Amino acid sequence: MAMLEVNDIHTYYGNIHALKGISITVEEGEIVTLIGANGAGKTTTLRTISGLLKPRQGNVTLWGEDIVQYAAHEVVFQGVAMVPEGRGVFAKLSVKENLEMGAYSRKAGSGIRQDMDRMFALFPRLEERIGQLAGTLSGGEQQMVATARALMARPKLLLMDEPSMGLAPILVDGIFDTIKEINQEGTTVLLVEQNALMALSIANRGYVLQTGEVVISDSAENLKVNETVQKAYLGID
Amino acid sequence: MEEKTYTWRDLINYGLLGSVVTLYFGMIGMLELFDERILITPFLSLGDVLLFSGVIGIVFFAVNKFASSLNEAFKVGAVVGAVSAIFPIVLSFIATSELIAEQFVIRDVFVSVTDRLVEIYNFGLEPIVGSLVLIVAFAIVGVLTALFIKTDPKIERPLLMGIVLTLGIGLFSENVTQILGNLPAGIGRSISRLLFTNKALTIVSALIIFLLTAGITYWRMRRPTTGESRGFNFSFEDISNRGLNRAQMIQLAIVAVVLLLLPWMVGSFLSQVLFNVGLFILMGLGLNIVVGYAGLLDLGYVAFFAFGAYTMGILTTATSLNPGLGLNFWTALPFAILIAVMFGIILGVPVLNMRGDYLAIVTLGFGEIIRILALSDWLAPVMGGAQGVLKIAKPVFFGVEMGSPETMYYMVLAGSLLVGFVAIRLRDSRLGRQWMAMREDEDVAEAMGINLVQTKLMAFAIGAAFSGLAGAIFSARVNNIFPHSFNLLISINALSLIIVGGIGSIPGVIIGALVLVGLPELLREFSEYRLLMYGILLIVMMLVRPEGFIPAEIYKRELRADEETETEIEAQVTSS
Repeated sequence: MAMLEVNDIHTYYGNIHALKGISITVEEGEIVTLIGANGAGKTTTLRTISGLLKPRQGNVTLWGEDIVQYAAHEVVFQGVAMVPEGRGVFAKLSVKENLEMGAYSRKAGSGIRQDMDRMFALFPRLEERIGQLAGTLSGGEQQMVATARALMARPKLLLMDEPSMGLAPILVDGIFDTIKEINQEGTTVLLVEQNALMALSIANRGYVLQTGEVVISDSAENLKVNETVQKAYLGID
Repeated sequence: MEEKTYTWRDLINYGLLGSVVTLYFGMIGMLELFDERILITPFLSLGDVLLFSGVIGIVFFAVNKFASSLNEAFKVGAVVGAVSAIFPIVLSFIATSELIAEQFVIRDVFVSVTDRLVEIYNFGLEPIVGSLVLIVAFAIVGVLTALFIKTDPKIERPLLMGIVLTLGIGLFSENVTQILGNLPAGIGRSISRLLFTNKALTIVSALIIFLLTAGITYWRMRRPTTGESRGFNFSFEDISNRGLNRAQMIQLAIVAVVLLLLPWMVGSFLSQVLFNVGLFILMGLGLNIVVGYAGLLDLGYVAFFAFGAYTMGILTTATSLNPGLGLNFWTALPFAILIAVMFGIILGVPVLNMRGDYLAIVTLGFGEIIRILALSDWLAPVMGGAQGVLKIAKPVFFGVEMGSPETMYYMVLAGSLLVGFVAIRLRDSRLGRQWMAMREDEDVAEAMGINLVQTKLMAFAIGAAFSGLAGAIFSARVNNIFPHSFNLLISINALSLIIVGGIGSIPGVIIGALVLVGLPELLREFSEYRLLMYGILLIVMMLVRPEGFIPAEIYKRELRADEETETEIEAQVTSS
């Protein structure tokens, strides 16, 4: 059984039909990426999985259990954490407090301290900034806070929405290295990216979305050499 | 420091602004009324303070904006101050010139332009001499203000404390006399005879008070603050988080004794004032949870106050219309709170998806609906309509009937302490964190696993409970309640006191209530101008100290984020 199965979901914003029957699967231990242009429905798919949006049709299952029935805050307790688009850190809280909020869904004393140390090992920069307000950090540091905060929930599945957005190229490399590291430590990752080349370089498999539909689904290696993908998303003629 | 540039035109503009303010205070009759309250005999009245306050305020802004060096500050202060005299001078010439008086009498249009007002503007001198004196006086005040702004805070603070306390004692001389009169063995009466003549400070006593206050403040500031803290400086946070050391225990004991004896020290009138302050502290603490912690702007907060009051009223009275419930205060109290909570949740459900402005408008409407329902004939059989609910029972505490301001003070004191404690515990609880996260970003909070519905409803419910308690105590004190007691102004008062005190700050609520509820009660004779003063205070606060008198840590961070980051980075650099 696949870890996450998204079956033919249709999601609307009011009358706008944003997702027109998206189906994807994510196996445990994988990095799967959704690539596509603006407005293809990548973020909408993530928001539907995390419960922030409800599909009108179709279902989302985690280990075979339907999670559409759960409200967004309950999905977290099922082991799905999200790093929101544009980072979404609690600007007025310190780095430490942000990480503590990430562990909200867990019981006190269940190794939260140790996990925080683990986060500081993963992002040494954050330990230097532990008392600083998240809103005053640089874009790259805020991305680290958002990622670490999501990991503090000890998710089985991590949803990442455009982690490279608005970051300098040198920082993007770092973020993707970290994603790979997180994955190697046992967290499954579903990654939405506009930077298709980077995403495909670390992913196992990928889906190409176009106007609310999956148009291509293949392994990352194949996608990298796929002619359509190269033309449309990799800028290779 | 960056270079600040300005032109003569800027200074004149600021001066004209100050002039308009000074003129305005006169034209609406404020100066004349305030002039009747003498602070220091024979020369300083509250009117004089008001006359100069416009100049002081405008010079404050001008110096902060334009002047970086002391010389510049003097120049800005003098020019802005002198220009501020223009309109009052023009006015006194128009009012006194016989040539113009033949054409038209300005008093026909502006009724407040009296001979007395002109006299105030001219310091009782001939128009030409008086005008010159006014210009010079304003320029001097401008320079002094500039000097004051540019001095070292170490000197500035003692001076400010001295001035505020001296003027405060002069202003409230009657109240001070009364408090002193209650001291045993006539000591107080002799002190007040020494201090005051004709209900105002003498020059000598004013000087003594000023020097004493300034001296003590200076001495206290000079003492080293490192190591174990001394002086009166424990906070609610200390009590809840750290426990207390010996010195703090003693201070706390003194505060407790003072709070307990207060009504007997200050007499009936001031007890009533304290009672009102206490009621608004209760409401403020509740609204602080909704607005300060959860970030939900609620403008209809008075509704829950009304629910508490009406429930108490209806349950404790037995009239022909409403036969025989007649509960006593203590049995009715839980119901009053419960009903308020219930309506807190009922209001909460429809506004779950609203934020900011929309929420404010809906809650505003809700508050008005409740008031109009209470007034309506439809509910008159239960709520009494325009006649209100009369003869509400007084609480009886171990056989003592509580009805006087002194005894009801204890009721509101107990309520405030309880509610304050609950508020502190809530803020530091898991629920407090949920509110904080929700206020910051609802979507992200939800993605962290926070149940927004429950979190919001808890804020509304707890806020309503505090307000309901205040309402119940209020109705037991006044014994008769009427719909018009529950108007929008109460919501606005509660919200303003939170903003002035510092959003999200519990000590801030107390200070806010003292300033916005206590002071106006003491200054009843000027109540005509109450809302104007309110407005001025709020605007000045937002310009000068937007985080409030005693800001909560988190809001202070937000508003001072830039400075703080710099110092933090410096601290990190030096420590590493």
